[in-house]
Amino acid sequence: MSIKDQVREEVTIRFAGDSGDGMQLTGSLFTNTTALQGNDLRTLPEFPAEIRAPQGTVAGVSSFQLKFGSNEVLTPGDECDVLVAMNSAALKANLSLLKKGGIIIANTAGFDKKNLSLARYPDGVNPLDDGSLDNYTLIRIDVNRLVKEALSEMDISYKDQERSKNMFVLGLLYWMYNRPMESTISFLEKKFGAKKPEIAEANVKVLKAGYFFGETTEIFSSRVTVKQADLESGTYRNITGNEAIVLGMVAAARKSNMPMFLGTYPITPASDVLHGLAKHKKFGITTFQAEDEIAAVASAIGASFGGSIGVTSSSGPGIALKGEAIGLAVMLELPLIVINVQRAGPSTGMPTKTEQADLMQAVYGRNGESPLVVVAPQSPADCFMAAFDAVRVALEHMIPVMLLSDGYIANGSEPWKFPKSNDLPQINVEFAKARSGDDLEPYKPYNRDERLVRKWAIPGTEGIEHRVGGLEKEDGTGNVSYDPDNHQKMTDIRRDKRNLVAENIPLQEIDQGTESGEVLVVGWGGTYGTIRTVVHQLRKEGMDVSHAHLRFINPFPKNFGEMLSKYDQVIVPEINDGQLVRLIRSEFMVPAKAVNKVKGRPFGVSELKEMIKAAIEEKVASES
Amino acid sequence: MSVQTVIDDFIIKNAADLDNLPEYSGKEFASDQDVRWCPGCGDYTILKQVQNAMPELGLAKKDIVFISGIGCSSRFPYYMDTFGMHSIHGRAPAIATGLKVSRSDLSVWIITGDGDSLSIGANHFAQLLRRNVNVNLLLFNNQIYGLTKGQYSPASPEGSVTKSSPYGSIDHPFNPLAFSLGANGTFVARAMDRDPKHLKEMILRSHQHNGASMLEIYQNCVVFNDGAFELFTDKKSRPTEAIYLEDGEPLIFGKDKNKGIRLDGLRPEVVELGDQFSKDDLWVHDEKDQTKAYLLSRFFEQNAAGSEEHFPRPFGVLYAEDKQTYDDGVNMQIAHAKETQGEADLDALLEGNETWEVK
Repeated sequence: MSIKDQVREEVTIRFAGDSGDGMQLTGSLFTNTTALQGNDLRTLPEFPAEIRAPQGTVAGVSSFQLKFGSNEVLTPGDECDVLVAMNSAALKANLSLLKKGGIIIANTAGFDKKNLSLARYPDGVNPLDDGSLDNYTLIRIDVNRLVKEALSEMDISYKDQERSKNMFVLGLLYWMYNRPMESTISFLEKKFGAKKPEIAEANVKVLKAGYFFGETTEIFSSRVTVKQADLESGTYRNITGNEAIVLGMVAAARKSNMPMFLGTYPITPASDVLHGLAKHKKFGITTFQAEDEIAAVASAIGASFGGSIGVTSSSGPGIALKGEAIGLAVMLELPLIVINVQRAGPSTGMPTKTEQADLMQAVYGRNGESPLVVVAPQSPADCFMAAFDAVRVALEHMIPVMLLSDGYIANGSEPWKFPKSNDLPQINVEFAKARSGDDLEPYKPYNRDERLVRKWAIPGTEGIEHRVGGLEKEDGTGNVSYDPDNHQKMTDIRRDKRNLVAENIPLQEIDQGTESGEVLVVGWGGTYGTIRTVVHQLRKEGMDVSHAHLRFINPFPKNFGEMLSKYDQVIVPEINDGQLVRLIRSEFMVPAKAVNKVKGRPFGVSELKEMIKAAIEEKVASES
Repeated sequence: MSVQTVIDDFIIKNAADLDNLPEYSGKEFASDQDVRWCPGCGDYTILKQVQNAMPELGLAKKDIVFISGIGCSSRFPYYMDTFGMHSIHGRAPAIATGLKVSRSDLSVWIITGDGDSLSIGANHFAQLLRRNVNVNLLLFNNQIYGLTKGQYSPASPEGSVTKSSPYGSIDHPFNPLAFSLGANGTFVARAMDRDPKHLKEMILRSHQHNGASMLEIYQNCVVFNDGAFELFTDKKSRPTEAIYLEDGEPLIFGKDKNKGIRLDGLRPEVVELGDQFSKDDLWVHDEKDQTKAYLLSRFFEQNAAGSEEHFPRPFGVLYAEDKQTYDDGVNMQIAHAKETQGEADLDALLEGNETWEVK
């Protein structure tokens, strides 16, 4: 039988196995290879919070979904074409995400009595044998046995054999989708080569065994090719959201020629920001792993007082702890960047699952009137410019800026047409000047320019010794003041100063659609790709729907209110219980409609499409 | 080329000419603000001694920063004509850490109290000491919450009757010096507001120590806890109740310098100097001996644990150790990275390891 070549526009693969099966690595390696092949792609890693969840159980399943294509790919896909199930629990947990008629690649060794029982299949039931998968293309492979055979001539432990299973599956998928193995081989050699050359050799052997298994067996009648995507021309790399934040931070430090100080405390899913920045000391970056979230932000404020870019990173629970100190930074009028990689809450919530429910916390979550700036990246690669912008605004306006990412874009990845450093804007920082002379008036740290911004007056500067603090202060002198009118004045100033940031950010643009019309879908943050895809489909179906995606939420872009007024309906999809929608309603008195989901997962395209359609019809129904 | 930031340039350009510093007087370190502590508060003398010590640091005013938390003592920075920050409750050590690590050229002082540092900020206090950040921490201990008007603090003796403990507090109090030694503090000392000369000396010693200096200062709260330290501060009882430590000197106290402390193994005992014991039999203070410093820190409860004996309270430097500071460690790593990792090439960083071309 000859093997046919098939060309497809897009493919979604889901790797699923036990936490110990290396599914995240398998997915990342497939992603890198695919990116190097020039496809557009998006990924969705999903894993349990437990480091070693009970083996073989549904709770312990870790998966990695990847969609790649020759057209624009903006989401990791609702359903997958191929599901790799390394054991019974992986099948059980993920079958509902496989398209009807899709391919299941099942490792039969993971479907023995013990595994079936751990996955809680009823006694005597094996889904591979009972006909329940008749609507799918089921490929059974005893991966364990094939790996053992592939390594029969090597002196390698059972444990290391087990660990290389994932490479077999990866090799097989490389064959199925016509991908080269070079990048993975060089990765394995780099990772194990020097210290454990036999492990590198074993993994490469198994990878190739998987590839050749696809080539020589006649399980598959065709191979699939996904052509290079028609991306904007240029040089690309693959990047996750958290990596992009790291690079955005370093770039902003270099473009301002400022030292950066990250004070932080490990927390899922934000820790990779610390891991990333900790490597970049030579760029003038200092990282400080503090004793807790409060010390983390406090140390960043201390560094900022001394003339560094003070940064702190966390997730919702940590941001809650930082609240008081962020208020101090508002009062001190010092630059501070607070990175919140949101996760599902409240309390500890679901640390490895995504949500957008910290928007109100970002905007209002401090005691007193405590205005700051909120910036939200819309995709993994966009985290770069959003982080850069957050630093720029903080430095230029002497104000704390909250960067609201989320677990979905933090761990997800996509191709990124990275900029040249010369193309990035310079960030200008000016410190207060030294003064000398005998009868100097006391220095006035709270004198302001026309944007209401005070000077960054750093210790070590002669003649401007001064004190700042969390107590209300008189404008200009900074002296402690309980004067009623002064408190009113300072509250107004801090608000107006924040609002004036709107003069320094781009106007809101329509991402897709018309400048006025029936429906405007307004999103923010990580929902961008899904909303864009949905709106594209709705427009194709002939509906009058447009899409605007907010990057700056606090303050809103100057033209945003007017933009909203030009549509009959405003619909706001969010992965929360309705937060931006409330801000829009209260700020612009627009009866915006909420479309919400809080399941720890992003919107699916078809799901969101139905929800938006329902929201539109609801309006029509109530009018008739 | 290795990264030279605007702050690196700033520090070089603004470096004070230490050989030609202005002749400061203590008064010149007073800010233009009215001091608003209660009349008779111990904070006044501490402020005065800090101001008096400043000209002797050999530093330019512009390079000195005072950071405080919340409490009566934490108003302190407003009264110093240096750079200063009155921050939030308990967090001054964390803020000071960020400042000192990023600006090792500055002399950073933390002003804190027993409420600020031993309860809400106890964690930061301990972490600062164990990291050995090169800052000076002045812990104003008045064994009471003054600013919130008189609740017991973690330093109040058991049984303290206060507004929040009308039947007497049942908390076992912190022993701040034992706590500091337990956190591996590298400089642990005690002084009192009523002995200004010794206090100033201890402030200067704190400054001279390279590392985190913890100076506990007994401070009288005239309104809510008047006389808490009278036993040690009153001229009549001080000679028998307080013992001043001098490095290399035997532990002698008493009205007529007639008492001493000797060690029987690791058990301290109070002895009368005379026929049976002479100076040569006494415990000689060694600031570098951590074990003995710990014993001294236990001269805290009226009677030392397991002993019938009553020990005088030690004042002075219990412990001083030379150890790498945290800020030096951080800066050495950064310098090493700059030296060994080649050019800080932003374009190479943005590009990463694997790229592809779309035509």
